[in-house]
Amino acid sequence: MSNAVSALQGESFDGYCKVEEAGLVGMITLRGDLASKGVAKAVKAATGAAMPGQGEITQGAKGRVGWMSPDELLLIVDHGDAPKVVETATKSLAKENALVVNVSDARAVYRVKGAACREVIAKLAPADMSVMQPGMLRRSRIAQIPAAFYMEDDETAVLVCFRSVAQYAFDLLKDAAKPGGEVNP
Amino acid sequence: MLILECPYCGVMADETDLHGGGEAHLKRFGPGSSDDDFETYLFHRANPKGVHFERWRHVSGCGKWFHAARNTMTLEVYGTYPAQTYEPPKELVAKIKKKHPEWGGWK
Repeated sequence: MSNAVSALQGESFDGYCKVEEAGLVGMITLRGDLASKGVAKAVKAATGAAMPGQGEITQGAKGRVGWMSPDELLLIVDHGDAPKVVETATKSLAKENALVVNVSDARAVYRVKGAACREVIAKLAPADMSVMQPGMLRRSRIAQIPAAFYMEDDETAVLVCFRSVAQYAFDLLKDAAKPGGEVNP
Repeated sequence: MLILECPYCGVMADETDLHGGGEAHLKRFGPGSSDDDFETYLFHRANPKGVHFERWRHVSGCGKWFHAARNTMTLEVYGTYPAQTYEPPKELVAKIKKKHPEWGGWK
């Protein structure tokens, strides 16, 4: 078994918000008819979470489920569990037009912690961060790359991007969180 | 800055989140059509000053195509609607017509 490592192996930066790479996170893309009972059941089995509505992310005992598009969900689970979750979900969705893929190794995840975490992301994305509340997920871009973000709690924002641009995303977040760069000091 | 509401995500996405796809509601002329029809389908596009129906893709969001009705002169956005349709919704056309009685209709 190869030794799995995350893109920046937990690198962190202390600015006026703390930016840290989240390490290994299990991520699964599920595409299918989100209105079907089978998908809801598979999601429940994988994470314990209820189906999210448009633009929402829900949390269960074993993970989170985010609404990515009208036919796509993002399942966030423990990294080690991901292959098994994919196997189980694929089996239970065998009769549906659905697709479940483990994309853990294609993603990088960052946490921005601090009272001004919304502001740090707002500097980089064209999304209205002031309306972002825990339970909401937004897909947009930061500078030149696509990214999705949600709030874990009122002072922690989580940002997901492609692993191939992990360093770029980290540099952007570091720059945005640099001390002295506060918008409302 | 042009800001459109994505009918799938329900979020206000700005121009940099989107990718323009040109004129909406084109009728495709494929294999077997006359050269004239094919040329029109490929190259001839409306370029109105005023009300225009366009295709947009929420490229860094949900990735879906949708349609938007907007004014190329004032940049006013009349509305957006999903792409699974051959023509704009009647309410939207009526709304634009009410605002611009001189407008000649969508096609």
